[in-house]
Amino acid sequence: MTPRALGIHATGLTKSYGDLRVLDGLDLSVPRGSVLALLGPNGAGKTTTVRVLTTLTAPDSGTARVAGHDITGARALVRERISLTGQFAALDDLQTGAETLRMTGRLTGLSAREARARAGELLDRFGLSEAADRLTKTYSGGMRRRLDLAASLVGKPAVLFLDEPTTGLDPRSRAELWDLVRELRADGTTVLLTTQYLEEADRLADRVTVLDSGRVTAEGTPAELKARVAGHRLDLTLTSRDAYEALTARAVHHDPGALTLGLPTDGTAAHVRALLDELDPDRTGVERFTLRTATLDDVFLALTGAPR
Amino acid sequence: MTGTAALTMAGRSLRISRRSPDALIAALMLPVMLMLIFVYFFGGAIDTGTAYVTYVVPGAMLLCAGFGAASTAVSVADDMKNGIVDRLRSLDVGGVPVLAGHVTASVVRNLVSTTLVLAVALAIGFRPRASAPAYLAAAGLLVAYITAISWLAATLGLLAKSPEAAGGFTFLMMFLPYPSSAFVPIDTMPSWLHGFAGHQPLTPVIESLRALLLDRPAGNAPWTALAWCAAITALAVTLAGVLFRRRTR
Repeated sequence: MTPRALGIHATGLTKSYGDLRVLDGLDLSVPRGSVLALLGPNGAGKTTTVRVLTTLTAPDSGTARVAGHDITGARALVRERISLTGQFAALDDLQTGAETLRMTGRLTGLSAREARARAGELLDRFGLSEAADRLTKTYSGGMRRRLDLAASLVGKPAVLFLDEPTTGLDPRSRAELWDLVRELRADGTTVLLTTQYLEEADRLADRVTVLDSGRVTAEGTPAELKARVAGHRLDLTLTSRDAYEALTARAVHHDPGALTLGLPTDGTAAHVRALLDELDPDRTGVERFTLRTATLDDVFLALTGAPR
Repeated sequence: MTGTAALTMAGRSLRISRRSPDALIAALMLPVMLMLIFVYFFGGAIDTGTAYVTYVVPGAMLLCAGFGAASTAVSVADDMKNGIVDRLRSLDVGGVPVLAGHVTASVVRNLVSTTLVLAVALAIGFRPRASAPAYLAAAGLLVAYITAISWLAATLGLLAKSPEAAGGFTFLMMFLPYPSSAFVPIDTMPSWLHGFAGHQPLTPVIESLRALLLDRPAGNAPWTALAWCAAITALAVTLAGVLFRRRTR
């Protein structure tokens, strides 16, 4: 894909804070008008990636182009084309929703009149018209996130960064926010969102990049990744220490005290049967098994191949 | 663009301060109360050669500015702590407009509280005898002083690690009027304090205001005062620019 068709294109980004290497040679490319989810545990480098790509933090090395401009050489041009919604809604408690949006409009260079019109438009679209003249401290968590997202859209950004946009939201507010992101994508906006929720990546993203210790450990469409992660875990309680040791390398979950190992599976009878036959061909090693839904931890373990 | 950004930010700060009535009342009441305490409790025991209220008003006005600036440091530190600064930076609003917004709002707030102090002073017997140009000069000097310490406060707000720490930093600013000619003549202080009290920036500001408002010869004091204000402002703006970039890296 040519760089022109990419909303975000990063190569070899590194960033350290003291001895801590937060980004360790990160490569990313997000086609224009698509949604990329950065999935990773806390401390994987998601927020730092967003800060670097939004020009808030300078990388130690590596380059990136966002909306066609270099993040270090053309910082001002990048800032004109992007917007950022952080983990915590960046709102003044003592301003109303309408004032917040008008202020943002003025700061993006709209005239007072244009800012007013744009604020009205966004309040409407985000279902906040009735609350427009209330102070934001009276808003619910979901309303604050929506207003925050609305504020980030005032300048009609080409690339939108959402850092854990639904963390701490109830399921209904989360679904509303997902709908808004889908609409933005339909309008041609490039979206990079970070999340800890596999489900969120699955529902929203065209492609998912899994980040661990500042490196990309897996990349693909949600369907491709799910196939690798399987979605369920088969827990085997083994009959002996030897049987346990023999299979330990393949497991994503280890409990040596109980001689129990967990392995990824898609949960179908066919796969479970095949797995049991393969792991324990002479039917002496496995005492019993349980099938459980894979947790996020299993996903990361399966994709990163090492306990974090 | 930078001008619009600064004005927009000033509008924001003013709206927010208008909506924090407790902070506003504290900022308005404390200087008035302190002036009343000095005039009625201590004033009788202090011999300044004039009615004490006449002596103390310029000092009370500066004390007032100190309180007003303190809240500026706290609001700047607040902005740095939560995500608002990131949002502003991703909109390409630089440090100087962000802080200029706070400073402009601080100047407006302070002029309101200074007017209140002056009104109370007039009610309890302060009788200025200034010509129209002298009033204007006094007002101009006051604005220059308020601007200078508001920038200084904004810079302290950037230096502080938390809003609470920012509040602590500004203590210094609130105490600076005491070792000056604000409340008592300097020659009544111990001699080792004369050097500091006579030459610290507040003394020429206070001496100028006194001279201008009471129609007395001011000598060089207004120029010394303006030079101090200009120097403090220039230093604080420069430092604020550097600190803002460093804090938000």
